[in-house]
Amino acid sequence: MKEILKIANLTKKFGGVCAIDNFSVTLEEGTVHGLIGPNGAGKTTIFNTITGIYKPTGGTIEFMGKDITNKKPYQVAQQGIGRTFQNIRLFSQLSVLENVFIAGHMDADYDLFAAILRLNKFGKKEKYLRENCIELLKILGLSDKLNEKAGSLPYGHQRKLEIARALALRPKLLLLDEPAAGMNRDESKELVEFINELKEKFKLTILMVEHHMDVVMSICRRITVLNFGKTIAEGTAKEIQTNKLVREAYLGGEDAAC
Amino acid sequence: MSGYVEGVIILIGINIIAVLGVSILTGFTRLFSFGNAGFMAIGAYASAILTTKFNMPFLISLLGGMLMAALISLALGKLTLGLKGDYFLITTLGFGECTRVLIEFLDPITGGARGYAGIPQKTTLLIVLISVALAITVARNLLNSKYGRNLKAIREQEIAADAVGIDTARFKQLSFTVSAIYAGWAGALFAHYYMFITPAMFNLDKSSELTITVVIGGLGSLTGSVIATTVLTLLPEVLRSVANYRMLFYGIAVVLIITLRPNGLMGYKELSASWIKNLPIQVRRMFRCRKEVA
Ligand SMILES: Nc1ncnc2c1ncn2[C@@H]1O[C@H](COP(=O)(O)OP(=O)(O)OP(=O)(O)O)[C@@H](O)[C@H]1O
Ligand SMILES: [Mg+2]
Repeated sequence: MKEILKIANLTKKFGGVCAIDNFSVTLEEGTVHGLIGPNGAGKTTIFNTITGIYKPTGGTIEFMGKDITNKKPYQVAQQGIGRTFQNIRLFSQLSVLENVFIAGHMDADYDLFAAILRLNKFGKKEKYLRENCIELLKILGLSDKLNEKAGSLPYGHQRKLEIARALALRPKLLLLDEPAAGMNRDESKELVEFINELKEKFKLTILMVEHHMDVVMSICRRITVLNFGKTIAEGTAKEIQTNKLVREAYLGGEDAAC
Repeated sequence: MSGYVEGVIILIGINIIAVLGVSILTGFTRLFSFGNAGFMAIGAYASAILTTKFNMPFLISLLGGMLMAALISLALGKLTLGLKGDYFLITTLGFGECTRVLIEFLDPITGGARGYAGIPQKTTLLIVLISVALAITVARNLLNSKYGRNLKAIREQEIAADAVGIDTARFKQLSFTVSAIYAGWAGALFAHYYMFITPAMFNLDKSSELTITVVIGGLGSLTGSVIATTVLTLLPEVLRSVANYRMLFYGIAVVLIITLRPNGLMGYKELSASWIKNLPIQVRRMFRCRKEVA
């Protein structure tokens, strides 16, 4: 199997706080990797460091054989890493279609003059892109909402639209930050199974943060468990479930809370 | 047509071009500028100098004024566009005032505070009408393409724009430069209509007026900008007696708009046939809302 993402000894400090401490992971192409851990464990920070929003304090990130450690966010995205946000970040004044349309901008390879002079090439590319976007929204089950304002969609649809938008840049790797946040166990199970279908359809590799343990266990080939920025375990669902450290730090805590 | 009416239409046209530039920058990219009168001044003086000192044909002077504004916006944008919103706004304010003072200071070339006289009148009604049509078409085509969509993405959610691979720095610069070119264009037309320009014509009041017009017309709406410019240019002409209180009037209008109709007249909507058709429904809905609130 081919390695698609290779993170080695990644560290990120905010002042005195070590949000990520020596994090390493390798993702094989076509797999779903789970990232779990209690609140404040550093999961979102890992996403933000991979995507270039934060500069790492140390370590390297390699994507499809290329070093992307200090790349800017837009460069990381152009390399083929799509993502969603824990706190939804849609273009909320714009329509559902426009949200996806925007993300397809790399397929609209006409120049400024073609756009201003409305050359043939412009019309053709735009039409093609629009059809692709509508097709994508159909797959995500949003095709009856094309002209609705993204910000006024119900919460679950907003989450799906964020996934559609990320898919519109035809990524190789998709980072999903709590895609099922706020959903109950059944809903999140359904969503995650749907994500698994998308993975097959679009030949994706997925790195996913998700709180519902059973959901994570059922879909992820491998799982990394974080606590206070440190990796306390990595392995298959079974290995994680039986890991003593994990039970103490995470599962135990959650069981007690429930 | 009487000379007076023609003059008013020309003034509206020139203002529309300058406001459209700010509309692209502020309404579609959410970069607030209080320095676009500076770019107008650059367009006005550069074109006037090209016409009078270098005997250039009007078209070349016009393009020269636009080019000069574009170049300066590129340099300025490199320095300031990386700054966060409020800081960027303050630098545009500083730029506008610096430009004015610099023009005063360069007395031998610009005539200083006394102004620059002897510019031949080349701007005609026809030229203004063609310019306005061109400015609107270019703005509309630009905004309804991936370029415009990328600007709107930056306006709506910059982090997400980055995350879908938009080089936000580059597109902010594009927006800034287009707005400078429009301002330079308006400035050059202005200089060749009034034949006499002074630095004070392009002061902070003028910059504020442009931005306020965009806010009143509604962010994210080209038609809103055009309508607001027309109304706000006409009003002082119609109500001559209050013309001196223009800025006061603008201030009150902006406070009213922001409190009563935060999206401006046409926020995020364009005037179109279907919009007009739906108008009665919208008005009814608005009144119903009012009643419910009451
Ligand atoms: N921009 C920042 N500046 C300072 N500290 C930060 C910043 N971002 C995150 N942190 C800190 O880093 C730590 C990890 O935060 P992070 O958001 O990555 O956690 P998380 O695992 O995603 O948690 P949650 O499950 O709540 O989403 C926290 O202590 C947080 O306060
Ligand atoms: Mg998080």
